Amino acid sequence: MYLQCLTESMTSTPVTPVAFRLWRLGPDGLCRFPPAAVFSGALRLRRGRSRAPAWLNEKFAPELLESKPEIIECVVEQLDHMEANLKRAKRGDLKVSVHRMEIERIRYVLSSYLRCRLVKIEKFFPHVLEKEKSRAEGEPSILSPEEFAFAKEYMANTETYLKNVALKHMPPNLQKVSLLKSVPKPNLDSFVFLRVLERQENILVEPETDEQREYTIDLEEGSQHLIRYKTIAPLVASGAVQLI
Amino acid sequence: MRDAVTSPAGTGTRGGRSDAKSGRTDLIFLIRFRHCCLLRNQRCILAYLYDRLLRIRALRWEYGSVLPNTIQFHMSAEEVEWFNRYKKSLATYMRSVGGEEGLDLTQDIKPPKSLYIEVRCLRDYGEFEIDDGTTVLLKKNSQHFLPRWKCEQLIRQGVLEHILL
Repeated sequence: MYLQCLTESMTSTPVTPVAFRLWRLGPDGLCRFPPAAVFSGALRLRRGRSRAPAWLNEKFAPELLESKPEIIECVVEQLDHMEANLKRAKRGDLKVSVHRMEIERIRYVLSSYLRCRLVKIEKFFPHVLEKEKSRAEGEPSILSPEEFAFAKEYMANTETYLKNVALKHMPPNLQKVSLLKSVPKPNLDSFVFLRVLERQENILVEPETDEQREYTIDLEEGSQHLIRYKTIAPLVASGAVQLI
Repeated sequence: MRDAVTSPAGTGTRGGRSDAKSGRTDLIFLIRFRHCCLLRNQRCILAYLYDRLLRIRALRWEYGSVLPNTIQFHMSAEEVEWFNRYKKSLATYMRSVGGEEGLDLTQDIKPPKSLYIEVRCLRDYGEFEIDDGTTVLLKKNSQHFLPRWKCEQLIRQGVLEHILL
């Protein structure tokens, strides 16, 4: 299940499977909304294009990945349901603390995911906005509408500040500065660890130095590799590999 | 800083352009050299200012919306304005993301290990109310067992200290 995948990577796991089992059995008085709704949300995520937890991919990828508003909406909705249920529950019940712990964990993962995206947006803001502007019609967006607004405001804010403090006092031919050239680009050549989820054949690996030649490799299902991000970027987007 | 920015304005380019127009090609190299120096100065100035902005941004994530006076004293007026606009834009984003009340992204920086944590108060703070209505008096050196999510902000501000056994 999606939520179980998320929490597997946390340090203390013993409580989580118990929480899941409690929900499946339908604890009286606590879990009012049917267990099916939890699982249908998780199933929706699995049927989606990317089966791998979006959080880990976003954390380890050097560039900003595709935005996944449906996952965020789903998780937020589930958090709201859980909080509402907890409010109705009896005080001092053991299940309350177990579920509260679960809520804390889910909220941490969601916050971490969104924070990671915000950090990348702020770090590479001219490139992110440029990519969004030059995106073709049918291609999925890497920014949600709120993130796009945030990125635009950040860019305007920074440009205004630099202009007012330094650039307007400079000689006329130095007053414009291209942020696209000055701000560093994401390093797509950085190496990442990955686990293969679906078997891939004939992945072209480009040479790093002039002496090497390009060659193709096959990725077996379940194998783990350390490879340059640029080579497998489309596989991450399609969900065929997962970054670890 | 001000000198570095304004001194090229009067002398550099005007002199360079008029010389080039008058056809004194022997000065071309000098003009180019000067232009490179100006570009380098511009890069250094912008790098310094941008680095300061990044540190101010980190302050928002560490201290919250209200900065301590000692830090505000070191910021220029434009930096304070940048900080306020960044704060506002971040708040708009956080409010839009988490359902009805929004999701405070500056909380939950570390993965939660337990629901309640043992904290020691580092300085007098006064009355502090927890979710179930009980109030706790935070006096210096007093120890309490409080819910983690309520304490996080105070730990970051330096009022409480998490006691690790």
